[in-house]
Amino acid sequence: MLLEARELSVSFGGIKAVDSISFAVEPGEIFTIIGPNGAGKTTIFNLVSRIYNPTGGEIVFDGRPITRVPPQAIARMGIARTFQNIELFDHASVIDNLLVGCHIRSRTNLLADMLFLPVVQRQEETFRRKVEEIIEFLELEHHREATIGSLAYGIRKVVEIGRALALEPKLLLLDEPSSGLNPEETDDMVHWIRDIRDDLGVTIIMVEHDMSLVRRVSDRVLAMESGRIIALGAPDAVVSDPQVVRAYLGD
Amino acid sequence: MRYVLRTSYRQDTRLFKEGLPQYGWYLVWLALALVAPLFLGVHLVSQLTFILIFAIAGIGYQILLGYTGLLSLGQAAFLAIGAYACVFLEKQGLHFALALPAAALLTGVVGAVLGLPALRLKGLYLAMATMAIGFIVEEVAARWTFVTGGNSGASVPRIEAFGYVLSRDVPFYFLCLALCIASLWFAANILRSPTGRAMAAVRDSDIAAQSIGVEVAQVKTKAFALSAFFTGIAGALMAHKLSFISPEQFTLHLSIELLLMILIGGIGSLRGVVFGAAFLVAMPELIAEIERMLPGGSQPALRPMAFGLLLVLVMLFEPRGINGLVEKITGYFRLMPLYRKGMFARQRGFAKSERW
Ligand SMILES: Nc1ncnc2c1ncn2[C@@H]1O[C@H](COP(=O)(O)OP(=O)(O)O)[C@@H](O)[C@H]1O
Ligand SMILES: [Mg+2]
Repeated sequence: MLLEARELSVSFGGIKAVDSISFAVEPGEIFTIIGPNGAGKTTIFNLVSRIYNPTGGEIVFDGRPITRVPPQAIARMGIARTFQNIELFDHASVIDNLLVGCHIRSRTNLLADMLFLPVVQRQEETFRRKVEEIIEFLELEHHREATIGSLAYGIRKVVEIGRALALEPKLLLLDEPSSGLNPEETDDMVHWIRDIRDDLGVTIIMVEHDMSLVRRVSDRVLAMESGRIIALGAPDAVVSDPQVVRAYLGD
Repeated sequence: MRYVLRTSYRQDTRLFKEGLPQYGWYLVWLALALVAPLFLGVHLVSQLTFILIFAIAGIGYQILLGYTGLLSLGQAAFLAIGAYACVFLEKQGLHFALALPAAALLTGVVGAVLGLPALRLKGLYLAMATMAIGFIVEEVAARWTFVTGGNSGASVPRIEAFGYVLSRDVPFYFLCLALCIASLWFAANILRSPTGRAMAAVRDSDIAAQSIGVEVAQVKTKAFALSAFFTGIAGALMAHKLSFISPEQFTLHLSIELLLMILIGGIGSLRGVVFGAAFLVAMPELIAEIERMLPGGSQPALRPMAFGLLLVLVMLFEPRGINGLVEKITGYFRLMPLYRKGMFARQRGFAKSERW
């Protein structure tokens, strides 16, 4: 198991946003979480990336409990993520956004940076080579120099995935990768998600509303409603599960 | 935008990405700065010296505000600490060449400590906290008479070098020029290296910075330390240029003038710092000229009014300050036949929510 949640819970002012949820994700899997708005999907991501403290339960990543690990140490352990509302560094260029994704591998200190010593220069070249690989992989060549603030929404989503990949993670958390994308961009997203797993060997947990995308890429699907699991299993079975359908229609 | 042909990744890490043409302009400016004392009188050289000193303080401020997004209204405190520390050390017998770096380092350490509130506070709350720090330092300067000379002030010893006394005019101008160029180089290096990118990450989204493994608290502490370090150098130089220091020189008023300098010069840009410093020094001269032409003589309200009005105009029409204006103008001439209206239009943004 790469990631395991054991009876994970968190409440906000009496509301149980995540209520005793257990699931396990295997290495190399594309694991999708679905559910109506407010079901607690993003909250699970925030728990795994340690932005929220669980009120109960445990998270184990790669054989190590991470329930008490500080949030800024999560990246170093091999977990990268994107955000539902895109959290890029808006005043920086695409290249700089991707370069800063290499931050955890930086071995230089303030003084060396200030003097731009040869070690810093060599490191910059190593990072840049990595970033160029990602740019090629995600076909971002045309936007290299652009400031994030000037990019279309769909491209920002791709850049954010690129930044996460720059961390060279074992596990990638994608929060609604296709939201706000047009049909062509969604198609591209399907390919990228597959390629990230197949070519880069990164395990993916994703939150997604587009059921056709969910069916096309997921190995397993977890459906939740009001913080609880209502179905878990093969995509087709979960998506057509009567309880899931009812949850989505909203009764 | 100019198209830059690259042949290696290393090229992108260069300070002057566009190669010789850009380099050339900076060399022209440097040459002008070097020969300026030959043509300018004592007063103008003195004003240039102040521009250089304010530029160094501005570099410190830009690191904090422009790069890391932390608003401080206590920069005058760092100037004061740098100034008093340097003078005190010199009076203890330390030579200026050692007292200056020691004072700057000390200010840097104090900055890191005073930056602790920044780990919890944001935006206006941080501005208030740093303002309070400014008041405290001002008060300490007034009361710790043994070190500071208290309200009656302290005279600043002259700098001696190789048996000669260093004049506060031309030789001191060159000292400030060298330190200003060195500071610009350090700051530019920080910008193009991991430290600078981590700062920009914290500025634009601390939650995303955290998610990619940036130690947000550490970055903010570093930003405060660096800011205080550069501002401390400026403080020590200022003390020597003024030859006399007292607490009322380091008030909130000065902190706010430094903020105006950054906003009018151009936030987030090192060139903007130099433009802003030039503005800060030239503006009062200009106002004095205008006052001389007015029938009523001195008009004390004129200076704050002019500053305020200019700030509003900048915020409305050119949020990137003088630097933004210069970029537009040079861009216009560079692209003349191809220039389109709206080429430098503001970038669109998408609404962001506060929750992730
Ligand atoms: N920081 C927070 N403070 C208060 N309530 C929160 C917070 N984060 C999430 N919630 C609540 O938890 C529930 C699940 O939210 P979320 O995980 O964002 O849903 P979704 O499944 O749409 O991603 C919602 O009722 C939401 O209001
Ligand atoms: Mg959500």
